[in-house]
Amino acid sequence: MRVVVQEAPFDFGAEAAGFAAGRHDMGAVVTFTGIVRDLQGGGLEAMEIEHYPGMTEKALEKIAKEAVERWALGDVLVIHRHGRMEPGEQIMMVATAAPHRKDAFEAAEFLMDYLKSRAPFWKKEFSAESRAWVAARDEDEDALRRW
Amino acid sequence: MDVLYFAWVRERIGLPREKVETEAATVAALVEELRAREDRYAAAFEDLSALRVAVDQELTDFDAPLAGVREVAFFPPMTGG
Repeated sequence: MRVVVQEAPFDFGAEAAGFAAGRHDMGAVVTFTGIVRDLQGGGLEAMEIEHYPGMTEKALEKIAKEAVERWALGDVLVIHRHGRMEPGEQIMMVATAAPHRKDAFEAAEFLMDYLKSRAPFWKKEFSAESRAWVAARDEDEDALRRW
Repeated sequence: MDVLYFAWVRERIGLPREKVETEAATVAALVEELRAREDRYAAAFEDLSALRVAVDQELTDFDAPLAGVREVAFFPPMTGG
């Protein structure tokens, strides 16, 4: 299990290739990547992600540990960036490895649902016209109930 | 104790963190003390349903006790991922 919080970009290809490499008991690897999305109609100049140093790492580790307890996983990786990013940049990734795909898919979804609403990150969008904090969506909170 | 503010709570209050001397027994009582200080605090804490709180870096609720607590943080609902 590895949790990384950093400002710098990460190399998705290298991370995905190295994840659970050599684990011949793992039949399934699922990866998810979150990317800075432009505003509807365009115009996003940048997104800034603020976080709570200390609590962020603890919250992500707690979420990853819970996934390991609930599903038959061989490994979990969570990388989440903070700071300034432009449209198209990678914000974060999760990877899960399991003997079977159902565990790997479900655990990846669980990780995403939880870190959306329970990890202390806040996004702010900057365009020529405005700067606005991204509001949490009710659907994201509702998504936690299925777990 | 250290009181931390994030995102628009930080912007409204104009500080990322500060030391607060308080006898408040709960988070809610601390919020009342802060609200009474100045308009910018009253504005930040106007609607508690729009806020979340962490005590010693664990999410909790506004009824949480403050005895022995070192750090309280206020922020809007999180938007990770």
